[in-house]
Amino acid sequence: MKLIGGYTEEMRKSIDNVNKTRSKRLNEVFPHMTMEERDKVLKENHPDYKQEVKRAIQHGKNKGDIVPDEVADVLESYPIINPDDIDLSKIDYDVGVLVIGAGGAGTAAAIWANYSGVPVDDILVSSKLRHGDANTVMAQGGIQIADRPEDSPLIHYLDAVGGGHFDNIPELAKALVSDAPAVLKWHKDLGTMYDLDENGNFMVLSGGGTSRLRMHSAKDYTGLEIFRVIRDEFRNLEIPMLEFTPAIELLTDETGRVTGAVLYHLETKQYFVVRAKTTIMATGGFGRLHVAGFPTTNHYGATMDGVLMAYRANATLRNLESTQFHPTGAAYPEQIVGLLITEKVRGLGAQVLGRDGEQVCYPLEPRDVEASAIIRTCTSTDNYIESPTGMRGVWLDSPLIEELRGKGTIKKNLAAMDRMFQRFSIDMTVDPILIYPTLHYQNGGVLHDEWCHSSIPGLLIAGEVSGGVHGKNRLMGNSLLEINVFGRRAGIEAAKEIKKAKVGNLSLDHVRKNISTLDSLGLKKKRYAPMLLPEYRSDIVRHRLVQLYE
Amino acid sequence: MSKTKTVTEKKKEENFKVKIYIMGQAYEVPATLTIMKAMEFVGYKFTRGSGCRAGFCGACSTVYRKEGDFRIYTALACQTMVEGGMVLTQLPFVPADKPEYDINNLVPSANAVLRYFPEVARCLSCNACSKVCPQDIKVMDYIQHSLQGQIERAAEGSFDCVSCGLCAIRCPAEIPQYHVAQLVRRLHGKYLMKTPAYLGERIKEIEDGKYEDGFKELFSLSKDELEERYKNRDKE
Repeated sequence: MKLIGGYTEEMRKSIDNVNKTRSKRLNEVFPHMTMEERDKVLKENHPDYKQEVKRAIQHGKNKGDIVPDEVADVLESYPIINPDDIDLSKIDYDVGVLVIGAGGAGTAAAIWANYSGVPVDDILVSSKLRHGDANTVMAQGGIQIADRPEDSPLIHYLDAVGGGHFDNIPELAKALVSDAPAVLKWHKDLGTMYDLDENGNFMVLSGGGTSRLRMHSAKDYTGLEIFRVIRDEFRNLEIPMLEFTPAIELLTDETGRVTGAVLYHLETKQYFVVRAKTTIMATGGFGRLHVAGFPTTNHYGATMDGVLMAYRANATLRNLESTQFHPTGAAYPEQIVGLLITEKVRGLGAQVLGRDGEQVCYPLEPRDVEASAIIRTCTSTDNYIESPTGMRGVWLDSPLIEELRGKGTIKKNLAAMDRMFQRFSIDMTVDPILIYPTLHYQNGGVLHDEWCHSSIPGLLIAGEVSGGVHGKNRLMGNSLLEINVFGRRAGIEAAKEIKKAKVGNLSLDHVRKNISTLDSLGLKKKRYAPMLLPEYRSDIVRHRLVQLYE
Repeated sequence: MSKTKTVTEKKKEENFKVKIYIMGQAYEVPATLTIMKAMEFVGYKFTRGSGCRAGFCGACSTVYRKEGDFRIYTALACQTMVEGGMVLTQLPFVPADKPEYDINNLVPSANAVLRYFPEVARCLSCNACSKVCPQDIKVMDYIQHSLQGQIERAAEGSFDCVSCGLCAIRCPAEIPQYHVAQLVRRLHGKYLMKTPAYLGERIKEIEDGKYEDGFKELFSLSKDELEERYKNRDKE
């Protein structure tokens, strides 16, 4: 296949249209959708509204809730251990605070528990993969903080609940926006390199659904920069960490309180029993479930383990009916399909175009609306572009950024994006890039209050694993904020909790109970979870797999 | 991502394969795959060696040679296409000591760097680190800038680092460059990039409860009233 600057000749014809219309589009503003138009495009196109790929949860606190099939499959899975095989009389780690998950929320929680008086020896962090193999480091565009005089926490709140379809828990949204400036101060004091403008103010951009310039960034490595700084702080504090050792079940006691977890070392294959006065669940999201068959922006370990473990321990969930599809995943070249094209590309001025080179929607609608508008163009019209492998997409006119903000803007502000496309011989400073929505974020999860308490004593919740903060749709930049706000709060709260916590006898009875409940459901297929890692080996290989006796 | 594969793509894969060597063993794999997906295709299920799968986390640093070529090449497995004749292995881990420090007790200077990384002074200027960097960072330059106390240049120059550790593996002076980079970036971010005054003012307003009445009022609205407020909010 002949490629010119990374694109096929067929695709080049459409790029010619894009180039022709660019000067005309420089000052062209596509109208926002009305609330009625938003409703219509969502109902007709968004996977959340397609009942044929969803079903009701059959057991537990959220019985009857309609969730994606992939989520129900996990919740209806059998445990991956036999509770009788675990000897709970031998405790390997006995700590005040156990943090499960080592992305942004878990790391912040451990640090703040220590800041709040818990000695490092009384903290243990469990990480499924390496410290920081998490969606946090992949967040590119920015973090929302209402710190400027033109802005206020009240306006941030209104944007967040409007974007969430007014289904956010008000106290959680208030905590999110109110702690934001203090989080930024913390990051600055640690030495995080937030972008500044020529006047020494924070460089700010707008994001989808925000009514103020509120997006603070560190080039397009915002999540990576925030995370590597707090990880460095974590390491300087010498907080104990177990890598490649995920939790596979929570522990409870006779009162139903969560009392720690069973960890499993992925390489040496042994388990460890951790007794903890307080357990903080910060395991992240579910992108690797590939909800509705979509590719995902998420990291390798995003398999919803935490929601499942908490649900088995009788926690209440919320908003799992709703999944966030990021409007702009890469649709070409094939090797990077589904990877994130940060919203910052649109924040800097890139427009969304059809094959004819004309805009198809306002570029910064809230994420679910924007994604729906793009899906509509690709499925209900013929104004889409098709890649050589049959993937449909629309153009994101990145060269417009250079026209609007000057040559070199992309290299300076979108270095990661530019590098990714250069690796496939595409120069996004002169050619547009092809995009299609991609599975991005678990909007719902384990319900908690504004100080991170789940519905079960002894279990605190922070980060993407949680539900209720964002309602039915999260705005850009509110997830980097969420992990810091609620990670910090969970750490502070854990330090208080361990002073009064009474831990009974360690037990896996809730797991036994879960097994008998599942037995009674008459499930057609027997699945096992937590999944821990997704399966990408080819079918040929999978059919040859065999378990050896030991 | 296997779920999204189209028929056309599958056909293409069957027709167009290349031979690569994974830790010495030869395999035929579709030419359209990245190194990471090729390893999965032949049957590896990663524990180490796979993280974000998008070029941000540095978990999948890979070293390879090509048949008939003496050079050592490096790459991130998730971001690099297979090529016929590749002989590759992944690095499961990079041993490199990270000294502990308290960022509050440092000044942004060469002394701070040398106190924790005295080996930086051993840099031979061989540039092996820059050649090996999958992010195309001029690693040697930022090490030299650190040594000269040019903290801002060192911080900016190392900003795109994903801490894969390939530089540290190649360095004849045994410098853990990516840890040095983390220190200089924090020094720059903390001491040389100022914090706008309005941030402290906003924090004080929140602590003083300035917005409490506003929240109370927003909480008291019905869903319709809140929606009305949202629709009519002014945009900057």
